[in-house]
Amino acid sequence: MRDFLSASWAIYAKDMRLEARTKETITGALVFAVIVAFIFGFAFDPSPRIISVVGPGIVWVAFAFTGVLSMNRSFANERDRGTLEGLMLAPLPREALYAGKLAATLTIMLAVELVMLPIFLVLFDLSLFNVWFALTALVATVGFAASGTLFAAMAAHTRAREVLLPLLFLPISLPVIIAAVSGSAASLDGDGWDGVGMWLQFMMAFDMVFLVLSSWAFQYVLEE
Amino acid sequence: MANNSTPEESLAVDIAGVSRSFGSTMALRQVDLSLGWGQTLVLFGHNGAGKSTLLRTLSSLIRPDEGSVCIAGFDRDKQGSRVRESVGYVGHQPLLYDELSPIENLRFYARLYRVRNAPQRIRNVLIDVGAAEWAERRVRTLSNGMQKRVAIARALLHKPAVLLLDEPETGLDQSGLKLLEDVVTAVRGGGASVVITTHNIERGLALADRVAVLTRGRIVFDGASTETSAADLQGAIGLQPEVA
Amino acid sequence: MVGRILLMAVSLALLANVVLIFQYAPTASTALGVQIQRIFYFHVPSAIVGLISFAVAAVASVLYLKRRVRAWDRVAWASAEAGTVFFTVAIVTGAIWAKPVWQTWWVWDANGTLTFVLWLMFITYLVVRAYAPTTERGARWAAVVAVLGAAVAPFVYMAADWWAGLHTERVTGPGAQGSLEDRMFLVLMFSLTAFVGLFSLLIVQRSAQLANEEALEELRRQLI
Repeated sequence: MRDFLSASWAIYAKDMRLEARTKETITGALVFAVIVAFIFGFAFDPSPRIISVVGPGIVWVAFAFTGVLSMNRSFANERDRGTLEGLMLAPLPREALYAGKLAATLTIMLAVELVMLPIFLVLFDLSLFNVWFALTALVATVGFAASGTLFAAMAAHTRAREVLLPLLFLPISLPVIIAAVSGSAASLDGDGWDGVGMWLQFMMAFDMVFLVLSSWAFQYVLEE
Repeated sequence: MANNSTPEESLAVDIAGVSRSFGSTMALRQVDLSLGWGQTLVLFGHNGAGKSTLLRTLSSLIRPDEGSVCIAGFDRDKQGSRVRESVGYVGHQPLLYDELSPIENLRFYARLYRVRNAPQRIRNVLIDVGAAEWAERRVRTLSNGMQKRVAIARALLHKPAVLLLDEPETGLDQSGLKLLEDVVTAVRGGGASVVITTHNIERGLALADRVAVLTRGRIVFDGASTETSAADLQGAIGLQPEVA
Repeated sequence: MVGRILLMAVSLALLANVVLIFQYAPTASTALGVQIQRIFYFHVPSAIVGLISFAVAAVASVLYLKRRVRAWDRVAWASAEAGTVFFTVAIVTGAIWAKPVWQTWWVWDANGTLTFVLWLMFITYLVVRAYAPTTERGARWAAVVAVLGAAVAPFVYMAADWWAGLHTERVTGPGAQGSLEDRMFLVLMFSLTAFVGLFSLLIVQRSAQLANEEALEELRRQLI
């Protein structure tokens, strides 16, 4: 167990150090998220009435697509520079590699979401500064990253990874997106546990199932 | 099976019946190979013969379609993580993170390999490969030869029982080649074994205790280095002998 | 010879099925599209067989990953191909049926959404096989997709059900309005049996075909 934690931490720390130095994932993701939000701003007439209906949807479409970008990077670089082999050669359990990468991707995705909150406020007058929304976002993002990390490892080994990753990720993540949108809408209506609770529980069940399944399947994806 | 070790001793490398195909090509066909402790095996073969595939199979990166792979007495399928602990691999790519320095790279790998006294060990191994001076620069700024040295350091960091070098001479200058020889000698001296693939027959033969030739995935020669000569090897590999 | 018997039995069953659907099944009492209603006997069994094929693909995939026996992968692959066809038929017949009856091309209720998502997952299964760097990896990755797809199915069903509950009324599946007369039920069951027979036939034939292809490939490899 200690080996697992130590190895996961080593990978997480390494990825975070690399990200701190290059900032390539987080800048790319942020720019993309802002562009998506902008486009929605022009696609809909952002009047308060309309925003109250489609707001959560816009937020989660933006987060889902941005998430794909972040997850892609987590393995694309390793694969292209060859360092993925270095990780495969090391005697670490595959689950630790999954966990470390998952944690790194999750950190970046949550950071992007956090920065997007004031942007949504400015663009759409949509205030998401709300504990229930934060909880929903946290659980949903874990749900994204759980299967996303697995699929990113797969897609990184192909030439058409920008096409393959969304194709793999989005159908699987549909339940999370539905739950996240519904939960967010409920949180914005001020519902608290009554409205948001069932969505949170749903997503937590999803997270648990897919964290376990993905870490199990990870070894089969990486093997040459 | 090697004929210079008693059956009770485990061998450094012991593979039997290994085959592996990629799509429609058979990269390895029924390969048997064994190597005792403290010995160097040099693997020759034409381009595309399967040398890299064989080395990667020994490193556990590649899983064979059939056959058994035993490294340092550990079975690849049942004790995969022990195999990986025992192997140090230097391939064509340095397996280093561009934006980190050699020291940071080694610190990372030291954690993955659970190396004891890591800071001391990292310092020592960097000195051994002659990389101590520029150990704090980002790998991106280093030349190929320098990166190769750090890659060798990475492979040696955890004191592997079996060192695998795939055409290690590429990118190295004269002092780098000398370093390679020293490393191989030191590793053997420590009781570990080395498997090298190379195109340079003279240098390879000089380093080798045992020699093997791979042709289209099959072992066509396997014996002690004293049993053969450069000319024989050239014939076996299929190259034209050089005019003196 | 089992193959021949199966082929004859299935052919007969399918013929009989068509006869039953048009002669024996009661004429629907809905005002619109009286004959169109009979497409129900193609639509529902197709969807159900699609579900069965997904289950088969998922189980075969797990067995393949654990045991690495080629036969399981071939069964999974054949299931995925057949399943894609059955789901496509279900979606097309569903659309043809939905338009005149409910004035919309597709109903995004639990069943509809699940069918669509699983259809997408099957397509992803086939795409992954095509894009993988080697056939062996493609087989493993596709197996992972099948397993995760099966795991996500209940989540998709539940989420879509809640979502639809807010937006549309349930039209098919358990608890739908209307119940089946005896004759309708009988024809439906017969149709389902015939379709399951067709599915089995397809799996058996396709797996055998894949086995032959692999044997041929192996021979070619040995000769080079």
